[in-house]
Amino acid sequence: MSSQFHNYDIEKMTPTEIYGEVLTQMGKAREEIVTLTADLAKSTKTKKFASEFPERFFNVGIAEQNLFGIASGMALAGFLPFVSTFAVFASLRASEQIRTDICYQNLNCKIIATHSGLSFGQAGTTHHCTEDMGVMRSFANMTVIAPADGYEIANAVISSADYPGPVYIRIGREFERPVHKHHEYGYEIGKAITLHEGSDVTVIACGTGVLHAEKAARILNENRGIKVKVIDMHTIKPLDQKAVLEAIEETGKIITVENHSIIGGLGSAVAETIAESGKLCHLKRLGVPDSFSGVGHPEELQKYYSIDTEGIISAISEMVGETPEVDKETKLALNDDWKNVV
Amino acid sequence: MALTEEQIAALTEKAWEIRRKIIKTIVWAGGGHVGGALSQVDILVILYYHYMNIDPQNPKWENRDRLILSKGHGGVGYAPILADKGYFHEELLQKFNHTHSDFAMHLDHLKVPGVDASTGSLGHGLPIAVGLALGAKLKGKKWRTFCILGDGECNEGSVWEAAMAAKHYNLSNLTAFVDRNQLCIDGSVENIMALEPFKEKWMSFGWNTLEIDGHDFQQLGKAIENAHETTEKPTMIIANTVKGKGVDYMEGEVPWHYGGLDPEKEEMALKSIDQLYGKT
Repeated sequence: MSSQFHNYDIEKMTPTEIYGEVLTQMGKAREEIVTLTADLAKSTKTKKFASEFPERFFNVGIAEQNLFGIASGMALAGFLPFVSTFAVFASLRASEQIRTDICYQNLNCKIIATHSGLSFGQAGTTHHCTEDMGVMRSFANMTVIAPADGYEIANAVISSADYPGPVYIRIGREFERPVHKHHEYGYEIGKAITLHEGSDVTVIACGTGVLHAEKAARILNENRGIKVKVIDMHTIKPLDQKAVLEAIEETGKIITVENHSIIGGLGSAVAETIAESGKLCHLKRLGVPDSFSGVGHPEELQKYYSIDTEGIISAISEMVGETPEVDKETKLALNDDWKNVV
Repeated sequence: MALTEEQIAALTEKAWEIRRKIIKTIVWAGGGHVGGALSQVDILVILYYHYMNIDPQNPKWENRDRLILSKGHGGVGYAPILADKGYFHEELLQKFNHTHSDFAMHLDHLKVPGVDASTGSLGHGLPIAVGLALGAKLKGKKWRTFCILGDGECNEGSVWEAAMAAKHYNLSNLTAFVDRNQLCIDGSVENIMALEPFKEKWMSFGWNTLEIDGHDFQQLGKAIENAHETTEKPTMIIANTVKGKGVDYMEGEVPWHYGGLDPEKEEMALKSIDQLYGKT
């Protein structure tokens, strides 16, 4: 993969800022790119594109249905629209416009939805979005991506431009630590990335869950000798079923981790694959249970819903027949690990 | 330039033919949105047979004028025009609404040549038309975008989101019509959710707004030419129409929003249309 468009500071920029930067670089190279938002140019970081290419930027005001309708008209006119708003407004307020105007017409329109999952934690449940993957996954022609970090957001956004049809990419709000070491790791839409090999349990994660899963696997290997395979399943649809089937064969135990409801998203997609495989596999879905998410700091909410490192360690322990209680040593390792990263 | 008498006569002849073809298509389809298909006909006829710059042999021609039938349920009245223009063979209309047919009540632009966007869910067409008109402007292209809405459809909030945007972007290359036949599925639009003062609403949104008789080609022609001459703002032509126009027993009758025709009703419908055009 070339380094074109990969000019950003992974240490300092939030995933959304990286998106804004990459989009602007792409805008320089490709005149057919237009960017649209609904009064969220600052929040979705599309403002940079706006100042570089004001004639190709459209802020339609607080009107998401019109946002996606206009985007579909521009796609029909031959442009390549990148449309950004909060995940909750894209997937729910404008759901039918995305389904009928964009997906049904199979238009080359890219939706980059920010503030997904619990990432806007303190704004309250109205601004959380734990349903979007379920909604988007059910639309024919739609590709659904939940990148793990800034590198992967850049990769997904760049790849989406030449990936046919509508693409939905959900990203968070706050700074997120990178999982990958570099942008070159063989990213391809629809192809899972194995981050950690293991034979006891497989953790299949997307979005913020990937970093925690990788960390949990490392700590459990070092402290307790539990071998955990970790898969970064950045593309929820089309799901890399081959990777899931391999995980069933290799470990027979799968835990899914997503910053989303356990209904409709990654956990459901993996469960469908397991159920239809005819193979026996123990599955645990980590995510927001069937409830409206609570309010709070995003990292504390991740802890509350057990989609952080500790929650994943606990779920793995239980699945291999050990106590889900996290022991002292592991807790110390957790703390040390965070210190090392932060 | 006002339409000549010959041009009006030719359009009138075409409107007669198309109204008959709509009745035939409704019969083949086993039922359809006949009321609205007949109220919108004259708008579509004047656009497709006089004003629109199109090439039916090359439906994807980039410089073509676009038409978005936002009242997508009018598809049964639109497809016979596209067939007549040569976008596809007229025989295909005999499969309208049939299982696995390319023709459904609401037309799919990926399946039916000449359809510029898939519509059917109300309130979607005008935003798409705004995107097309904006795209033409950005590309520096001269093609125009036409959009036909139903009046009941104007209860949808997204129509007004698009109305705001069309003026904001000064889309003088966008001309919209409301097929103001006064009726929706459950009854009178004004009784269910009033639109009046309707003209004033569009004017206050900054549109060049005209109100005409939607079955009068002279008035339709003048309004379209007025739209073409207008700069800096989109044009809304409120076309007052009669639902079911041309079939006496359907005109203004709420139940004929959607209906099927047995051989007796078909014959009555065709006879009534012929009478309207002095063809008996």
